[in-house]
Formats: sequence, C-alpha cells, structure tokens
Amino acid sequence: MSDRRLLGALGALLLVLFVASLAIGPAGEGFGASMRALFTGEGGPIVAVMREIRLPRALLGLMIGATLGLSGAALQGFLRNPLAEPGLIGISGSAALGAVIALQTGLAAAFLLALPLAALAGAVIAVAVLMALAGPRGTALTLILAGIAVSAFAGALTALVLNLSPNPYAAADIVFWMMGSLADRSMVQVWLALPFMLTGSVMLLSLGRGLDALTLGEDAAEAMGVNLARLRLVLVLGTAAVVGAGTAVAGAIGFVGLVVPHVLRPYTGGRPSRLMPASALGGAAMVLAADVAVRLIAPDRDLKLGVLTALVGAPFFLRLIWQTRRAGR
Amino acid sequence: MWGFARASDLIAVAVLAALSPVGGAALGDPAGRVALGDAGLRVSLADAGVRVSLADTGGGAVRSDTGGGVPAPARVVSINLCTDQLAMGLAAPGQLLSVSWLAADPRSSAMAAEAGRYRLNRRQAEEVYLMRPDLVLAGTFSDPAALALLRRLGLRVETFAPVTSLRGVRAAVLRMGRLLGREGAARAEVEKMDVALARLTPPKGLPEKTAALYYPNGYSPGGGTLANAILAAAGFRNLAARTGRTGAGTLPLERLVMAAPSVIVTSHPYPGASRAEAILRHPALREVEKTAKVVYSGPSWVCGTPEVVKAVAQMAAVR
Repeated sequence: MSDRRLLGALGALLLVLFVASLAIGPAGEGFGASMRALFTGEGGPIVAVMREIRLPRALLGLMIGATLGLSGAALQGFLRNPLAEPGLIGISGSAALGAVIALQTGLAAAFLLALPLAALAGAVIAVAVLMALAGPRGTALTLILAGIAVSAFAGALTALVLNLSPNPYAAADIVFWMMGSLADRSMVQVWLALPFMLTGSVMLLSLGRGLDALTLGEDAAEAMGVNLARLRLVLVLGTAAVVGAGTAVAGAIGFVGLVVPHVLRPYTGGRPSRLMPASALGGAAMVLAADVAVRLIAPDRDLKLGVLTALVGAPFFLRLIWQTRRAGR
Repeated sequence: MWGFARASDLIAVAVLAALSPVGGAALGDPAGRVALGDAGLRVSLADAGVRVSLADTGGGAVRSDTGGGVPAPARVVSINLCTDQLAMGLAAPGQLLSVSWLAADPRSSAMAAEAGRYRLNRRQAEEVYLMRPDLVLAGTFSDPAALALLRRLGLRVETFAPVTSLRGVRAAVLRMGRLLGREGAARAEVEKMDVALARLTPPKGLPEKTAALYYPNGYSPGGGTLANAILAAAGFRNLAARTGRTGAGTLPLERLVMAAPSVIVTSHPYPGASRAEAILRHPALREVEKTAKVVYSGPSWVCGTPEVVKAVAQMAAVR
C-alpha cells in the first residue's frame, strides 16, 4: 500500500473516532446540540460539558495515542526488537514515579511544569538504564528482563511514595498511575503536555532516515554516515519527552506502542521512516477507540483505559513472543 | 484435653501466650504490667477452641444502668470508627478501654477530642487481644481475619453493619446501649435526637431541591445510604439516586454539570496531593459552583451516630 493511501485511511479512521469521542458521554445530549454548543458556545450547561470535559479528553486521547505509537515504532526500530514498547519495558512506570514524586513533594503545586518535567526525568532514567543493559547489541530477552526489573522497581517505589502520603486517597491513586485514564481531565492537562509532546515527536520523526539505515546493521549505518551516538541521544530524549508528558497527565497506558507498529509494519515495507508516522495515526486511533469503549462498556464506573489496551495487547504480546521464539530456533 | 481444633489455633495461642503477661514475660506495655499484678487471668484451652476469661480486673464490675440482669462488660475495646463513637457516647466511666486511631482523627471522627482520653489501637488482633477485652466492637467490614482470630481466641466480638438510614441510627444506638448495659442512656440519646430532627424537618409544600454529593474520584453515594438519608431528612433529592442508583458509586462530572444542582456537598482536600481529589478542582465543576451552594460534609456525615443531626442541620441551613 502506498504511503499516501495508508496515511489517508488511518487519518479518516482517526477523524471518525475523534468525533465519536466528542459525541459519546453520559450527559446524553443530542449530537447536533452537542456540536453546536462546542463551536458556538451557546446552549446552557452542555457548553461546559463539551468544552471543558469532552474536548480535552478527546485531544488527550489523540495526543497520547499518537506519541505512544510513534515512540513504540522508534524504539523498535532502534533496538531492532519487536517487543520494545514504552509501557512494557518500564519507561511509563518510571515516568509515573517521577510524576508521583512531583505531586507528593508539593513541587507540582508550586510550579506547574514540575509535573511533566519530573515525569520526563523518570522516563530519561529508565530509557538510559534500558539502553545500557540492552542496547542494539542486546537480545530481545535481555531487553524484556531489564524492562521487568525497571517496571517492578518503579512500581514498588510509586506504591511506597503513595502509601506514605498523608492523603488517604493517594494509595487509591496507584490504580490510576498503573492503568491510566482519560476521565475528567481538563484543558490544563492538554496545555501541560502539548509542548513536550510536540518537541518529542519532532525529535523522533527526525530519526527516520537514521533508523532506516540501522535496519542494515550498525556498521552499515555508520558507513552511511549515521552518527549512532547522536541518534541514541535524540531517541532517548524524544521518547522520554512524549512518554513522560503523556504519563504525567493520564497515567501509564500500556501496549499501544507494541500493537500498533506491529499491525502496520507489513504495510510500510519494514522501514521505520514510513512506520513512524503511520504508527502515530494508528496509536491515536487505538487510544481513542479504547477510550470510547470504556465509556460505552461502563459509563458510570471510570473503567481504566489501560485495562482495555492490556486486554487487547497482552494476547498480542504472547503471540509476538511465540513468533520470536520460533524465529530464534 | 490439650487437643486443638486447628493447628493455626495452636500457633496463634503460642504467639499470644509468649507476648502476654501470663507467660511471665515482662511486657513493655504499662497497662499490661499493672494487670499482671492484680488480675487473676486464667487461660483455659478447651477442645473446641481456646477461651480466655478474666476473673477480676481489680476495678470492679460495671453495673448495668437498668439494674439487675447480666453484668455489663467491663473491658470493652472498639476497632471501628463508627462503633468507637457509639461506644464513647454511651459507655460508663472506665468501661471502654480503647478505640481505633481513626476515632482521634478530627477529619474522620466527630468525637476526636473525646478519643484522646482512650488508648488508641491500630485494629490489629494481637494488640486487641493483649488488652484482654471482654467485648470487642467492630464493623461488619472490619478485617475478617482479625475478627476470626479474636473469636477463635474466645473473645466476644459484636459487629455493626454500616448504617444506611436514620431509623438505622436509632437501632444502632439502642443496640450499643444493650451491649454495654446502658439502655437508659441509649434511650435518652435517641429521644434527644428525635426532638432535634423533628425541629429540622422542612415544612410541607416546599419545592423540591436537588443536591449532588460529589467526592474525590467522583464518588457519589446513591439511594439507600446514610448521606442519602441526611439529604432526604433536610428535604433534598440526591442527584445520584435520581437515576435509581443505590449504594456506592460514582457520578460522571458531565451528568453533574448537566443537572445543575442547587447544592453540591463535597469534602475538604486532605494534606498531600492525590489525583483522586484533583477532580474537585475541575474547571467544569467550578462553573457549576458559581450558581450552586457548596456544603463541606464533615465527620458528622460518616457514621450512623446521633451526630448525624449536625449533618441534617447543615443541609437544612442551605434549604
């Protein structure tokens, strides 16, 4: 499939899901009235519902899904490992730890940007540790094992910090940080995450050519003039920026960066430069679809988004391991 | 005679015997040491289980205020916030030994100052057992493992279900009165409460107003809950119950914004941050609060005790 047709099809799907995300919610107002309220600002309380609740939710779903798909594709390209995914290998978990520390120390209340910055710092540490342990020359198994260790450590520290909080609700927040949710976010979170996500996305998309060269092996890539050290640095910072910002506002949402690049890879000829933009659109579609499903399945329950992505993603992951195992034999 | 019903009983008794004054071990706890001197503590281990009985506390038995009948329990320990408050309100001097630490937290407990006079427990079976109570008061949702262990050790454990109506408050007060041998005091409390509630009942014919209960994570009790009963007693309809929902649950912020209730009942944030409470600062909620009255529900909303009168009065004031 040509790039234009693939991206066009994904874009159309994304548009439908974005409108669905704006239209579906417990308020139970008609589609026409809802859209009129959104654009004209007239129509009573539905205006606040559309502009303050649904719009930020749909925008965040779009942004977080796109960056998760993009960073998953970039990580898999760099590590040449189909199992690499920010949630699975502990980057999201470490970002959540950073965010929780910023919230519990009061830093986030004193200084608004402290929340995404702390999450970014957590993500940088995780990516750096993973690169050191299981860089391009590490096996798939090393990466997954390192990821399990990083995830477990970050998860334990997150639970520790939240359990020690004087706030009785903090411990209940553990579910949010581990599973993620877009419920009842506001435009504040959109503005908080947007600059980091834009910067990180531009950084990751700029790596396309280098990652393409890397598919031929490190020596070939260097011979083609790719600066591997610089590529690694940009990848680490770009991934940390998008995953950190997304986790800081919506918790850790897993498996998106795993499933989407894998589904789209056959249509992109296995070239990271083509896979990355497609995965961004596909990831946004997946998170928006999951977030609409969450609202349809249990409208009054705040079912966590990560529950759905994991229900889809975990069987997928098992299949991937099975394939990797057979290929390695 | 030394047979045990279960191996776990043996282990539990062994652990507790090693810790308790009976075993001769000096216990760091001063209360324990005083009791060692003058209390005739007998431990009898029967085939059916283990029974611990206290012959004499040295302080004399507490007399029932109805006179005669069974002697009232003399060493009562409560491990549930709500039984803590019911017991503190009714117990005779010296009858109640310990209440849970939550009872001393002014954010949860309407009787935090009173709780300071009692020994505070952390609701662990071990520390409760070591106080050698003759009656343990707990909630039906207290840790079942702790309650099962205390029962196996032969202690009398009475549990109270969460109260969900004003009639339930009366029943709980009267039952606590019976358990403590303080029926007279309990009846007086109920009468006082009924007089106060009658004064707060809204006059007939007032237009119905809607109140929304809205707590961290969007939690909003529906019908068949104490908060719902408090609203009803002050003449309010509970928004969460309007769709027929009963019990615990959440209210989507969208639905609250659409309904534009005349009163929003919420809570003050705790120190330290939580994402659960962040929803109470959502811009859409702030928008509703411009036209609605905001009531902060305190500890008088938490438990089915005569304190609920204060909660009803709070709502009546914004009616």
